[in-house]
Amino acid sequence: MTKHVVLVEDETNIAEAIRFLLGREGWRVETLANGNAAVEVIRKARPDLVMLDVMLPGKSGFEILKELRADAGFADMPILMLTARGHARDREMAELAGVSRFMTKPFSNAEMLDAVRELTAPGSLTA
Amino acid sequence: MVSLNQLIAVCLLYVVGLFIVAFAAERAAIRGRGDWLLRSPLVYTLSLSIYCTGWTFYGAVGYAARSGLEYVTIYLGPSLVMIGWWWLLRRLVRIGRSHRVTSVADLISSRYGKSNLLAILVTVMAVIGVTPYIALQLQSVTLSLSIFAAPAGVANGVLDGRAEPINTAQAAFWIAIGLALFTVLFGTRNLNVNERHHGVVIAIAVEAVVKLLALIAVGVFVVWGLAGGVTEAMTRIDQSAIGTWQVDGGRWAALTFLAAAAFVCLPRMFQVMVVENDEERHLQTASWAFPLYLMMMSLFVVPIAVVGLDLLPAGSNPDLFVLSLPLSQGHNTLAMFAFLGGFSSATSMVIVATLALSTMVSNHIVMPIWLALGQTSVQQSGDVRHVVILSRRVSILFIISLGYFYYRASGGSGALAAIGTISFGGVAQFLPVLLGGIFWRGATRMGALWGLGIGFGLWVFTMLLPSFGPDAVLSAATLEQGLFGIGWLRPQALFGVGGLDPTVHAVVWSLSLNTLAFILVSLFSFPSPVERLQGAQFVNIFDHSSPARGWTASVAASEDLMIMAQRILGAAEAQAFFRAQAQLQEKSEGLPEPTPAFVQALERELAASVGAATAHAMVSQLVGGASVSVQDLLAVADESAQMLEYSSQLEVKSRELSDTAEKLRRANDKLTQLSHQKDSFLSQVSHELRTPMTSIRSFSEILRDAEALSPQEKTRYASIIHSETIRLTRLLDDLLDLSVLENGEVTLNQQRGSLRDVLDLAVTTGQAANIREIKIDRDRDSEDVALETDLDRLSQVFINLITNAQKYCVSDAPCLAVRVHASGSTVAVDFIDNGAGIDADARDLIFEKFTRVAGQGGEGAGLGLAICREIITRLRGEISYLPDSPGTGFRVTLPTPQPGKLQELNRFAASA
Repeated sequence: MTKHVVLVEDETNIAEAIRFLLGREGWRVETLANGNAAVEVIRKARPDLVMLDVMLPGKSGFEILKELRADAGFADMPILMLTARGHARDREMAELAGVSRFMTKPFSNAEMLDAVRELTAPGSLTA
Repeated sequence: MVSLNQLIAVCLLYVVGLFIVAFAAERAAIRGRGDWLLRSPLVYTLSLSIYCTGWTFYGAVGYAARSGLEYVTIYLGPSLVMIGWWWLLRRLVRIGRSHRVTSVADLISSRYGKSNLLAILVTVMAVIGVTPYIALQLQSVTLSLSIFAAPAGVANGVLDGRAEPINTAQAAFWIAIGLALFTVLFGTRNLNVNERHHGVVIAIAVEAVVKLLALIAVGVFVVWGLAGGVTEAMTRIDQSAIGTWQVDGGRWAALTFLAAAAFVCLPRMFQVMVVENDEERHLQTASWAFPLYLMMMSLFVVPIAVVGLDLLPAGSNPDLFVLSLPLSQGHNTLAMFAFLGGFSSATSMVIVATLALSTMVSNHIVMPIWLALGQTSVQQSGDVRHVVILSRRVSILFIISLGYFYYRASGGSGALAAIGTISFGGVAQFLPVLLGGIFWRGATRMGALWGLGIGFGLWVFTMLLPSFGPDAVLSAATLEQGLFGIGWLRPQALFGVGGLDPTVHAVVWSLSLNTLAFILVSLFSFPSPVERLQGAQFVNIFDHSSPARGWTASVAASEDLMIMAQRILGAAEAQAFFRAQAQLQEKSEGLPEPTPAFVQALERELAASVGAATAHAMVSQLVGGASVSVQDLLAVADESAQMLEYSSQLEVKSRELSDTAEKLRRANDKLTQLSHQKDSFLSQVSHELRTPMTSIRSFSEILRDAEALSPQEKTRYASIIHSETIRLTRLLDDLLDLSVLENGEVTLNQQRGSLRDVLDLAVTTGQAANIREIKIDRDRDSEDVALETDLDRLSQVFINLITNAQKYCVSDAPCLAVRVHASGSTVAVDFIDNGAGIDADARDLIFEKFTRVAGQGGEGAGLGLAICREIITRLRGEISYLPDSPGTGFRVTLPTPQPGKLQELNRFAASA
């Protein structure tokens, strides 16, 4: 069964790179360029993984994260957050909000793929 | 021949007439009737005629017979004052009225800090100076009586006082009693000088008319009856010694000055001129009417003197020519009339002089002593009013008896005019202190005391004592060799300056040393606060009239003040005054509150009755038992002023401090804000750098690691890397550009050009960027506007606005309208697209760095508009969002070159 990832990212080039990398691994990548619809889409799709940018048009990555974690059904969903903002405080905030993994852009492809694998391995614990 | 008894009967009738007139005037005044007469300038002018005493009536003829035209000086002095020094008199009257001054002593004491010592000194000087003058009047009356009383053989006035029949001396006594009675009756009816002595004034006005008519009658008789007409009279005058113009310049100047000074300083003149003055404007009338009166009084003096010298036997007393000429011709009725004229002159002078002096003696000597004797008495003793009136009446009797005894003691020595001159010299000593007091704020009490003391001492030594003759008071040796045998202390040749006329000598020395001492001591002494206050008020009398002295009367009960006021002012007046004051305080009933203003007004009211110093002392007793001395008040005022000063300094300091704190706080806020801005800027920059770098890194790793990539994929990923690199470069360029613009390091390249050209360039460049097709709607005609600015920078802004429209205009058929509005010194260029516009809350932010409008895609870092704003600001223009435009609208406003500048530029262009 194909694994499903919802990627919320407004930078088309970054989205394309991720789609290429995960696609090669057998993932079906659903890309959203705007944060507003993200929560609704994720609730319906119940993907295996959510990848969130922080600075988005519409709802920010943090808001999406909080809304998902507030929902009991999504408490365990693996959520990988990718941000170009370099603040240490952003990481703290994300971890407090219940992020599964927090990565700073630019990332190496291998690093990103390792994280995805870890988060979605059977029996793995989300953060 | 008129019998003495007849004469005395006529006198008595005349006096009774005067009593009736005075009484009628008082009644009319009380009923408020007859103001047209009682308060008329005519009566005021006539009352001034008490200047013309028995001396001027009889003595002027005698003077002319002895010394020629010199007698004119005694008329000249007052006339000059009246005409030329009218403003001085007005000032005196204003001061007198606003300060309720009761006498010349009161004025001087009041001016110099309400000094009792000065008041006493002036009073004593006035009494000593004027008593001989009163005696002189008594003498003139008895002398004139003796003419009638003497046997026919000696009727020509050869007799002097010592040879008088005893009954004339008795007559003098009874005359003195009569005058005292009159003065007591009409001079002390009312304590308050504010209610004038209408009876006295009207009586002396009547007497003024009588004496003028009498003198003119005698003159007419002499000129037309004896000399045979004006021409003959003139011929006689020309032939006589009097007619020859013998002027001793020094004597004339001295005597004119003396008469002028005396006119101002004489207590009786002060009484009628200032104290009895009803309205200042009366002075205006008097300023010409009184000199006219004097002129008429002096008109027939020379003819009478000349004809008298011609017709009467040698040795006849020329002082009595006015009487003896008609008598010698058997014109008894005319002689009787002339006698009444002289009698009028003498009595009016005695009455007013006594009134004035008794006020001074009572207020400045008797009352202070009485107050000192009974410290607690103001409240407890009986009616103070009675005490004051009693004191005034006793003083009148004292003054008149002093005159009478002086007359008896001197035995009528000396010519009338000589006594007059001496008296003038005495009172003239007040002049420097008086003038200094009302014109010079620097004049002090010590200066006044020294000036008066020295002047008075010199007058006594050089004028008064020598006048008694050798060995009377001063020994002949002293007169010859000086005091204690010291040569330069000779009474009539002080400091070795001999050879002067004794009068000139005395006047010059006493007045000049008086003035010198007054000025020097004033300069070197320090005035007390009261003196300074009073000085300021007197000198600036026309600026303000309210007294500056104050009471803190919280402890003074109004009841006590009422009791005291009733005793002094009389019940009715006091009650009226208190009622008026209560109304002033807007109290409908009861007594007024003892506010400082009220106590002050009361004190002034009392001062009108008992003098300033005494009133002050009386009020002091009640107001808190002890007076709040003016020094205390001033000390308090000074302290308050200092505290105010200090506190205002503190206030300034504290304001400065809080200003500084505010500035610091703002600077700190600014710094914090800047720090936040810097953090957020760095964070933004970092984000903007990391984003393209992420793509670059990711795709470069893909290209490196992935084996199975199609050539299309390789090309695509390489081109992504390439475009992201360009994006990074552009970002860095923008950041550097913004940094340069923000730091003001940019150099503007000012050029002349047309707005149309700049827009052409911008449109071409924008479309060449190949972002998205957009229709650009221009009105090229309106774009023909000359500009003088950095055209490249301006075009950069325009390009940014055009590419923004290309990027963000969401319309299906995007269109950008460019509209130009030139007006006066500016031109506005609007860029309006047909997109969705920008939300109101975002509009304020769009010109900030890294601001991108939510919901709009695009890859910009959000620096474009920030750069635009910086550029336009440098170009001295403005860029703003147009809120009411259909889509997104921006307006760029720029200054256009002024015509003058343009011409200059054209010239420059032509010459280049």
